[in-house]
Amino acid sequence: MAVDTPSQSVVKTAGDSVARGRSRGTGSHRGASKRSLSTHWYAWAMVAPVTIVIAVIIGYPLVRGIYLSLTDANERNVARSIGVNQIPASYEFVGLDNYTDAITGGQFLGTLGWTVVWTVSCVSLTFALGLGLANILNRRIAGRSAYRLMLILPWAVPGFVSVFAWRFLYNQDNGLLNKVLAGGGIDAVPWLNDPTWAKLSVIATNVWLGVPFMMVALLGGLQSIPGELYEAAEMDGASAWQRFRHITMPGLRSVSTTVVLLSTIWTFNMFPVIFLLTRGGPGEATQILVTQAYKFSFEVSPRDFAQSSTWGVLILVLLMVFAAFYQRVLRKQGEVW
Amino acid sequence: MRRGIAATALVAALGVTLAACGGSDSGSNGGSKGSGELSGTVTWWDTSTVGSEDKVFKKVAEDFTKAHPKVTVKYVNVPFGEAQNKFKNAAQSGSGAPDVIRSEVAWTPEFADLGYLAPLDGTPALKDQGDFLKQAAASTKYNGKTYAVPQVIDSMGIFYNKKIFKDAGVAVPKTIDELKSVSAKIKQKTGKTGLYLRGDDAYWFLSFLYGEGGDLVDAENKKITVDNPAGVKAFKVVKDLVDSGAAKTDATDGWNNMQTAFKEGKVAMMINGPWAVADTYTGKEFADKANLGIAPVPAGSGGQGAPQGGHNLAVYAGSKNLDASYAFAEYMTSAETQAKVSKELSLLPTRESVYIKPDVATNEMIAFFKPVVDKAVERPWIPETGSLFAPLVTEYTKVLTGQTTPETGAKTVGDGYRKLLKDWK
Repeated sequence: MAVDTPSQSVVKTAGDSVARGRSRGTGSHRGASKRSLSTHWYAWAMVAPVTIVIAVIIGYPLVRGIYLSLTDANERNVARSIGVNQIPASYEFVGLDNYTDAITGGQFLGTLGWTVVWTVSCVSLTFALGLGLANILNRRIAGRSAYRLMLILPWAVPGFVSVFAWRFLYNQDNGLLNKVLAGGGIDAVPWLNDPTWAKLSVIATNVWLGVPFMMVALLGGLQSIPGELYEAAEMDGASAWQRFRHITMPGLRSVSTTVVLLSTIWTFNMFPVIFLLTRGGPGEATQILVTQAYKFSFEVSPRDFAQSSTWGVLILVLLMVFAAFYQRVLRKQGEVW
Repeated sequence: MRRGIAATALVAALGVTLAACGGSDSGSNGGSKGSGELSGTVTWWDTSTVGSEDKVFKKVAEDFTKAHPKVTVKYVNVPFGEAQNKFKNAAQSGSGAPDVIRSEVAWTPEFADLGYLAPLDGTPALKDQGDFLKQAAASTKYNGKTYAVPQVIDSMGIFYNKKIFKDAGVAVPKTIDELKSVSAKIKQKTGKTGLYLRGDDAYWFLSFLYGEGGDLVDAENKKITVDNPAGVKAFKVVKDLVDSGAAKTDATDGWNNMQTAFKEGKVAMMINGPWAVADTYTGKEFADKANLGIAPVPAGSGGQGAPQGGHNLAVYAGSKNLDASYAFAEYMTSAETQAKVSKELSLLPTRESVYIKPDVATNEMIAFFKPVVDKAVERPWIPETGSLFAPLVTEYTKVLTGQTTPETGAKTVGDGYRKLLKDWK
């Protein structure tokens, strides 16, 4: 079992560093921060500009969004100054009314339901496909780099360009997909005109866009698994499935947890795919939380800034809860493993 | 020494940041000089159909400089579907807004109410006001002031492909029942679909709503009427047209799909307005312009009715070049300009005096649409008129795609309106 030792030691060091990191975080005193300021003032000064810029471009909109969600602000009552017309703000503080409305009304929960379905199916499909492709491309096959290049293409093309291309493909009368189907004697499919088909279509497009990222990330993970492990396992008579289950999966754990978390957050807020493909339609069948928040703020009139920011804050809270929960589950699993 | 360098670096870093934040103060656009000669730049956002109408409007707009050589006209075509939001974004933030906007009739009172438009009473923008058609001028007034100049007026009718009608041996339908039987016959004889009905824009639903004797709201009595029995009936009518195969529809890209299908002769009819004429003539089916027939929208159980629409030219209140903008709005709506545009694009002028000009009087499309416009249904010109479509289009598409029933659809729209118009019934 000489081959096993390096991997064990790797795991051990990783565990150690986590433990050290945690203990360092808990032991902070007031004196320490003072001392750090006097000794590291130079570092603080260097960080200051970045901190200020981030506070301005992230902090201010965030605070303002939270504030607006507690008011009844809309297009008609915010302050405007247009040439000769000076109109002061006249919106009022309404407390948590917007939140109660959103959570008790059917619209938010209905949209949330589809958003969750959309996120789960997109992430699981991209992950499965990405993993499969990464495994194929990890082998020495002829023309491997050409395949890799081709599979990364969806990622290299600007997102809105590919989404528009998909929109042309999906067009019911003049789209390529239906023309191909017609050649096979199959009736035209209402890709974006039927609620169920539209849902499948947007998921398919997003999976197509998301697979390259998964594939590249997982391929990197695969290549960091030492080949000796597979050789040893093969000698011990492990089947292909066993090798995948007991070497590849654990070896990919750290990479896959990160990409799944990232991909979940991105997909949850995947504005361009939905907006450019269906605008949330037909009706509101494919509307996810962010596109609906956009609609409140920019498409309905009078523009409902308060409700839009309420949804925005709720999205933030949901994702933060998810991330915290996910991290906790992972940490627990990490201790078991 | 080390400290000195650090402090300098810090100051420099902060300085760079601050410099990046400030300093986007663009120079003013100029404006008129004391002598009265106009100068500077006038940016005009046009919303006309790209590929046909826009070329004519661009040329006409740029000809403004012939009379005012010191003025530069910047023509920008903004797609109609995006213009309302784009203008609101730009107008509210105060940057990037045009000097003059082609504002749809329903948008005008809304923009005026939000304070984005300059009042035009007493400015050179309004000339010979008595010459404007009464319906066209109505939408430019808000709270006793005039905020825009009428540019074109329109309504809707049935566009039909005469050749397909001849092949199928049918006559133009006058009622919705006839529309169904005619479509069935066309399908049977030629294999083509009868009608293309836009499913992604509720404006195309209005003639069916009016046909059943319904309306969106009753502004006089402050009542919401879209969910009354006539409204529900109208939703049933359009759903039945699609379900029975008499009409085909799309939930996205409706305009392009409609124009393509009709221009290539895949559908025999569409409901449309004068703004589509120039584009339709570019289709291969209509190389011979005589193949395009036009008739009033089919009547429902409550009679026949089409919406009155159109476009105005409005001046942005924050414009840095108001004087030239007023003059430009006047020029674009003058009798000569309107006559030129009407001749080339078959758009309906807003001035009485233009209709009797020889080129305009003999135009078949204008001759057809003028009486239609005269009895078209006028919408109430309240600020909320521009807001009525967002709730309607969602439910309209939902009904057409079978996600909700006509009854629930109508009710949801009504509830949306009640939220919008606070103390209405």
